[in-house]
Parts: sequence; structure tokens; C-alpha cells
Amino acid sequence: MGNMKLLEARQNEIIEEFSMFGDWMEKYEHIIEMGKDLNPLVDIDKTEDNLIRGCQSRVWLTAQKDDVGDVVFSADSDAIITKGLVALMVRVLSGAKPEDIANVDLHFLEDIGLNTHLSPTRSNGLASMVKQMKMYGLVFSAHS
Amino acid sequence: MDGKYDIAAIRREFPILDRKVNGFPLVYLDSAASSQKPRTVIETQREYLTHFHSNIHRGVHTLATQATEAFEGARETIKEHFNAAENAEIIFTAGATDGINLVAGTWGRANLTASSTVLITRLEHHSNIVPWQILASEIGFKIEIIEIFPEGSIDLEDYNAKLALAPSLVCFSHVSNTLGTINEAKLLTSLAHNAGAVVMVDGSQAAPHMNVDLQDINCDFYVASGHKMYGPTGIGFLYGKRALLDEMPPWRGGGEMISSVSFDVPTTFNVPPYKFEAGTPHISGAIALGAAIKWMESVGLDNIAAHELALTKYAHEKLLQIEGLRIYGTADNKAGVVSFLVDGTHPSDLGTLLDQLGVAVRTGHHCTEPLMDWYKIPGTVRASFGAYNTFEEIDALVAALERAIKMLK
Repeated sequence: MGNMKLLEARQNEIIEEFSMFGDWMEKYEHIIEMGKDLNPLVDIDKTEDNLIRGCQSRVWLTAQKDDVGDVVFSADSDAIITKGLVALMVRVLSGAKPEDIANVDLHFLEDIGLNTHLSPTRSNGLASMVKQMKMYGLVFSAHS
Repeated sequence: MDGKYDIAAIRREFPILDRKVNGFPLVYLDSAASSQKPRTVIETQREYLTHFHSNIHRGVHTLATQATEAFEGARETIKEHFNAAENAEIIFTAGATDGINLVAGTWGRANLTASSTVLITRLEHHSNIVPWQILASEIGFKIEIIEIFPEGSIDLEDYNAKLALAPSLVCFSHVSNTLGTINEAKLLTSLAHNAGAVVMVDGSQAAPHMNVDLQDINCDFYVASGHKMYGPTGIGFLYGKRALLDEMPPWRGGGEMISSVSFDVPTTFNVPPYKFEAGTPHISGAIALGAAIKWMESVGLDNIAAHELALTKYAHEKLLQIEGLRIYGTADNKAGVVSFLVDGTHPSDLGTLLDQLGVAVRTGHHCTEPLMDWYKIPGTVRASFGAYNTFEEIDALVAALERAIKMLK
């Protein structure tokens, strides 16, 4: 059984966190911090298969199912702002049920005023990454 | 700087420069991707659509005649400005990319064989690489690369060695969009001609920045895009020498490009330039491009070139004061482009933060992936200048960069 409330709570937590920032600089500084704090993928995981090509920066994503059937994501990027945004996505979606990942409405980026980063024209690989994460959710829920 | 260059008056011609981006005054340093438009271009297009629009060449009514006169007048303006021998040598295209594809699709298809060689330089924009790769995969000819020196200029020794392969065609950009190198088009053309090759020059980055004399360069084909020279998008031109254009088969079929169409006897084709202008063209775009060229002439291309050179030198000087900043493209002769990287930062992060501060630059590989691979870098940050840029804007770029670097490190 899914628990969409969990993903909603995680999104709300991020929205709350970002509401404390007065201007764009603080917001970006926070994203950069999160990018720095995200554990980088080990080189063996930075394979062509795990690479999500954006026009500007590269994003790597891996996914596996844990003992209780949740999907665990790990991700990395060569650009630090992208990596911070990637960290936010991992924070929301990792350790959740596959069917919830497949169906979730990701509204938090819009709510914190960073939705332009999700636009497919932004070509930072983030939009493709979200698509790929949902795809993993779909595939893993079909196998459960 | 030159007191005659009235930068304030020039900037007043560009309404977009008044806008703010993310709360900061726009600092537009992306003219190599596309320049902004002066009032005369905006007005010319509006005026045409308001009072003169009709389809051209085919009508007997007043609007058709007036639209045709304006359209052909723009062709005349281009011919005069770039010093082609006759109007028939100027073919309207959708832009430089379209023009190169036209040459590949007609001259290339008719003249290249499996045993041919085509030379292109390592500097080329994808638009001067991919059409030749597509055609090569069909016909089977060989593409050889003309090497460059690390500072971004063409290695003439290598060029001569590659010319010894007796290429059928040599393609090079007049000015590199990523590094800003101004190639010696006249010299490269004459060396290629001596080797028996046809010469095609991509002038996209030269046309907005300097006077270009096609008969002096003596190349066989030359392409440019209107939107990079203060004109609209979706319009550009291909210059071809008349003798070559006469021989070339048509490309796209349709109206306008024919002499007579029949189901019973073979369809016959129109003369250049119409042979290559199937269908209704971008009439308002062509006319506004004519206005853009007249605007550049009113400022003077030599004045624009001198101003941009001064900006480029100033930018080099100021940027190099930033610790860990490396400039890519340091040829002696370069136009208004500065590509750089800063140690420990990713170009896309810098671009994102600069945008937050109202500074528009381009980041990435600039459609020159083979060049980036050669330098072994993922891309660069590129600031590029137009007639309207100021020294203060370069100061703003440097200040924004310092702030962005501090945030990222």
C-alpha cells in the first residue's frame, strides 16, 4: 500500500524550509549547500547507463528496492546547483513506495519559486531526471 | 574610446535594453547567439505588416507590386552591402544553417562522389559539420579536419597539408562563434582555390561585426543569419557565385522556383535566385533584414568593429584579474566573443547565478562539441558583445562573476 501523505509531508517540509529565506541569494546558497552535502556517487556508478544527459550539466541516477519494498535513489551531478536540486528530489522521493513515486504531483519546486529549473527547456537534466525517477517507480511497482 | 561612437544614442534604439531581469537592469552579453533588434527593424516589420503585406512576384495588384519591390529592394541592399556581383547571387534562406544545407543538398549532391574529400575546421559550429556528415553517410566521401592551435587560430601548415589531399570542398567559419577567432577568409580561399577546391564560408559571426566584401574574399559560397545582425529570426541569405548557381540543380520543389510545370513534358526551372526560393518566403523578415543592414551601415561597421574590439580587450583585461579564470580563444585577431572557465566551478552554475543578477551569458558547448572535446572541457561561459554593449556592462559581468564564484566555492 502506498502512503502519498509521506511524500506530501516531505514536500511541505521543504516549502516551509525555503519560506525562511528572504531573497534569491539565500535560496541559492541553501541549494548549493545541499549540493555539497549530497553524498557523491562512487565512480563505478557514474556509468553511461546511469547518466541523464542535459545540455548543460550531467546528472547520474541509480535506484534500487530495499527490504521493505521502498525505492532508494542515489544521484549526483557535475554542476553544484543542479546537484542541490537533485538532492531535493532525492529527499522527497527516496525511501518511498514505487507506486507513490510514479503518481506523485511534485509541486514543491513551483511553491518555492524554482520551477523554471524543471522546465524541459532549461536543459539541466533535472526534468529528465524526474521523468526517470517516476519511470523507476512505475517499473518497480509493476514488479512488486 | 572614440568620441564619435555615441553609445547612449545607439542604446536608445534598442527598447529591450530598458528591461529588468530578476530585478536587475538587463546586461545582455549573448549577441553571438542572437542580437537584439533596433527600433527601425521592429518598425519596418510592423509597417510592412500594417500597410504593404501581400504575396510577392505573382500579383498584378498594387500591394503585390509594393511588397515585391520592398522584398527585392532588401536583396539589393544585401548585394550592395556584401559586394556581390549581382542580385541573382543572393538567395534568401531561413538562416545560415538553411544556407549550408542548401549547398550540401544541391551543389554537394551534384558534385561530391565516394572518392571526394571535404575539409572542415575544428572550430566549426555544428551547422557546418552535420550537413556534411549526413551527406557523407549517403555518398561516402571523406571529411578531413583542419587543425587549430590552442589559442584558436587555424594551423596553416596543417591546412596546406590537408589541401594536398585535393579536396573538392573547403568549409570554414569566417569568425568562430565559441572562440571569436577571425579567420583570414581571403587567404584561406585563395589557397583552397589553388588546390582546386570550392570554398564555402560560414559568415554568421562575421556579418554583424565587420565589413565583408565577398568579391574581395572571392569565396564561392557564403552564408549568414539575419537574427545575428540585428534583423529578425527565420531569415538569412546564401551568396553563391552566379556560374555555380546556374549549374546547381534545384533543392526544394514548389512554387516560384519553376519556369513551367507540366504533367506531359519535363518541368523546367526558374533562374537563380528564384530557382532556390521555393514557396512563399519570409517577406517581412527579408525586408526588416534590409533595414537591419542599413542600420548597421548608419553606425558604420568599422565603428562597430572598433567598439567591440575595445570591449573585448577590456573584458580580457578585467576577467583575467579573477583568480582561476582561464580564457579560451586568445588569437591575435578576434571578434567580440570571450569564452572562459573558472577553476572549481561549472559553467552552468555560473550561468544560473549570473542570470539571477540580470547578466545574460551563454553556457555550454555553444554547438561546437568537437572543439570542446579537443580542449577536454565540458563547455565554457561565453560573453559576446554587440554594438550596444558598454564598458560598464563588462564591469557588471565581472562583479556578478565575483559574487557567483564566492557563492559556489
